[in-house]
Amino acid sequence: MPALLEARRVRKVFHGGGAFGGAATQTVAVDDFSMSVCAETPSFVTVAGESGSGKTTIARLLLGLAPPTSGQVLYQGRDVHTLKGDGLRAYRKDVQAIFQDPFEVYNPFYKVDHILTTPIRKFKLADSKEHARDLIVEALETVGLRPDETLGRYPHQLSGGQRQRITIARALLLKPRLIIADEPVSMVDASLRATILESLHGLFSKFGISFIYITHDLTTAYQVTDSLVILYHGFVAEAGPVEELIKQPQHPYTRQLISSIPVTEPGRGWLDEKVAQNEAEASAATDSELGCRYAGRCVDVMPRCRSTMPALYQTDSRRACACFLHEESGVALPQGEDLTRLFTTPTTPA
Amino acid sequence: MTAPSMRRALLETRGLEIQFDTRRGIARAVNELDLTLYEGERFGLVGESGSGKTTTLLGLLRLIEEPGRIAAGEILLDGVDLLKLSDEAMRRVRLSRIAMVPQGAMNSLNPVIRIGDQMRLTILEHERDVKRDEADDRIRELLEMVGLLPTVARLYPHELSGGMKQRVCIATAICLGPQLILADEPTSALDVVVQRQIMQTLRSLQERIKATVLLVGHDMGLMAQFVERIGIMYGGKLVEVGTVEEIFRNPRHPYTQLLISSIPSFETRGTFKSIPGAGLSLLNPPGGCLFHPRCPDVMDECATRAPTLVQLQEDSHRAACLLYEEGNHAGTT
Amino acid sequence: MLGVGLLMLGAILLFALIGPVFVDTDMAQPLSAPPRLAPTSAHPFGTDDAGRDLLAVMVAGVPLTLRIGFLAGAVGLGIGVLLGFVSGYVGGKVDTVIRGTVDTLLTVPGLVVLISIASTIREEISVNLMALVVASLAWMWPTRTIRSQVLTLRERAYVHMAKLNGLSTMEIIWKELFPNLLPYLAANLAGAVSWAVLATIGLEALGLGPQNEPTVGMTIYWSITFSALIRGMWWWWSIPIIFLALLFVSLIMIAAGLDELANPKQRKAA
Repeated sequence: MPALLEARRVRKVFHGGGAFGGAATQTVAVDDFSMSVCAETPSFVTVAGESGSGKTTIARLLLGLAPPTSGQVLYQGRDVHTLKGDGLRAYRKDVQAIFQDPFEVYNPFYKVDHILTTPIRKFKLADSKEHARDLIVEALETVGLRPDETLGRYPHQLSGGQRQRITIARALLLKPRLIIADEPVSMVDASLRATILESLHGLFSKFGISFIYITHDLTTAYQVTDSLVILYHGFVAEAGPVEELIKQPQHPYTRQLISSIPVTEPGRGWLDEKVAQNEAEASAATDSELGCRYAGRCVDVMPRCRSTMPALYQTDSRRACACFLHEESGVALPQGEDLTRLFTTPTTPA
Repeated sequence: MTAPSMRRALLETRGLEIQFDTRRGIARAVNELDLTLYEGERFGLVGESGSGKTTTLLGLLRLIEEPGRIAAGEILLDGVDLLKLSDEAMRRVRLSRIAMVPQGAMNSLNPVIRIGDQMRLTILEHERDVKRDEADDRIRELLEMVGLLPTVARLYPHELSGGMKQRVCIATAICLGPQLILADEPTSALDVVVQRQIMQTLRSLQERIKATVLLVGHDMGLMAQFVERIGIMYGGKLVEVGTVEEIFRNPRHPYTQLLISSIPSFETRGTFKSIPGAGLSLLNPPGGCLFHPRCPDVMDECATRAPTLVQLQEDSHRAACLLYEEGNHAGTT
Repeated sequence: MLGVGLLMLGAILLFALIGPVFVDTDMAQPLSAPPRLAPTSAHPFGTDDAGRDLLAVMVAGVPLTLRIGFLAGAVGLGIGVLLGFVSGYVGGKVDTVIRGTVDTLLTVPGLVVLISIASTIREEISVNLMALVVASLAWMWPTRTIRSQVLTLRERAYVHMAKLNGLSTMEIIWKELFPNLLPYLAANLAGAVSWAVLATIGLEALGLGPQNEPTVGMTIYWSITFSALIRGMWWWWSIPIIFLALLFVSLIMIAAGLDELANPKQRKAA
């Protein structure tokens, strides 16, 4: 059975520069990324990275909002950019999104109800106005909102947390099989994040909806996800079960990331410890074409890192790391190997 | 190192009141704020959206514009009330004595002017009689202080990475050697690794020019690691203030307690704690204590009597909660 | 500002609508009254060389001028909206073609084109034809500005949301983008109309308008042709000019007022 949604060796290149006397640049936002979402068992995967890592580009590619430069995005085996009519509608119903900015997703001209009534209308989810109303009320209540306090209002009259929860309610209405959530809590107040994360996790555990959770914040990802993929400048640095990755990171970038996260325990020497790094950080556009993209900042860099791109080495039954440090202990995965295979393989005794 | 409160007070606000006139009424964005900043310390002001933390920063610089206004109170810098200064005198205070690195500063660098030229323009705008070579020398020195090579002055903003741009903004902010640096979420758009480097640079910079840093944000982890004292704001009011050890190890105000326990960490997984109830409406605030509708330890009098900051056991730790006022048993624990 | 503008325009419209009740508009035709009379109680605006009662002329002429202006402005804006939305949202080759055409045409001085068109039309120009002539140039600027506005809205998250909801391109343009631009379009309409009124009066003052209609512009033309200034017939040239000024100022104020509404940053905090 084909996967529900699959990114097969997608590559996205942006052309920029050429203005203000700068040379025209080519930025590889995503490089040879392959991942799929299983159709039968729900999964929760986080794609994490900083800005410029390519995570938002991956979200847009998977949602069919932008075409890949090479490679394909497939919905049940068919290229999403060739879908029309019923096929397109099925894709749009099964794969939904929750975006980062809980204000921008609302058309300021309409009341918030518009965001709920439109999909009901377009996907013919209800037979009558009353039925539609019932569906809306049920969805709102599932995310912990009171219909009388939220319906009939304009977006600017509600708080960020309420608006974000309405977008989750909207995703619920469609009963999708996959939700791609792009930084769903980064613009929401800290005190409300837990509620929203809880709703999202509930959709996964109770309704069996798969998630691709995109974020730069590893600590929130840790609360909800099963698997983690770390991106750096368009390539996968490391992937595997979240507990193992966080507690025993393998890739130098992951190690650097985790040790830099400020914790709420004062006096841990965060300010004093010199951040070991080779150079100041570079932007993706200035990365060299050859070699590992992280070579410029890596403390464990070796000469060959600058000339050859490391493959993804499978270091454990469910983990992989793209670093020459693990060449010996790991098995090089073939180019374009679907990452998801790692997460869904049952653990076998060593 | 001397404890912060043993040092001289640099800035003190007394009963600062900043209000916004809206079609639906008056919003008290900053509500009777009594805040003291000591020389050379790092202070963090934390709060969620609507807490008044950014408004406070703008108020300190007298940059509040219509429909907002500073309605009451005093802002004493070295004993001089800034609110009583003339516009010209206040203009001279800005940048030379109080400087700010606003949110998103790195995006407001002029894309068609080289870094060095922009910095020079800023210096010359404030100190008209500085000669060009003097200014250039100072620029070189400033860039070095923030960890950038002097060659950066010849570059355009788009040739720099996010972290480097932010360092330029910090360098520009301190170009006249201010006593107080206000930083509004200076690292929110940056990589955690870069964030750490920038905050380390900010710390060494601060020690070198002997300035006080007021950091505003909502990342509690960052606060815990960077600042020495921290103030928690809710609905425009300062509800708790103390050293980071006091606040994180022994938070007293119910809001602070809930806020801290809602922070996710790598120690807890799958438990979701948040603050119950709806956010505060500044236009229609509840009577008495602003937090009482959501407070798990609410008492009857909380709905009618607004608490003021009272000193707790430790010298530097204060909380605005009726639980700790005279006569209530919680204060003696 | 919007209020004052609307009030002024309202007063002018009232004048035009109620006027015929009190004033016999036939008197706007030549030989209705003794010529060259200065304002008297019988003829409050005086009369011109041909014996037209100027009050009647204004009552009859203002609506005509307004009609041309609104027609031209509306047609111009209508075309501009269509082309601007399509060009801005669809992009690609369609955009390149439309944009190229508009940009090229914009370089041609408008008044010169209008004069050439108007003077080539040998027969009697009617009021409606006049409107079309002016409209032929009124659509270009709106196309450009609306296209820019659409470009900024195109990448908004709610447009992405609409796509995810399965809305088609036309549905997105009509249901999601268009309502958000309504205040902007209204301001644009006021701007287009005031431009059209000015262009019309300009053409007429040069004599290129409907010869037998007592429009504001033609009246100015006749007053110039017959040297009203030198001959001391101040009422003949001053009154139409005052009306022109009132009309123009009211339309500009409405445009500015609507512009303020359309630009949320200028509004008082909600």
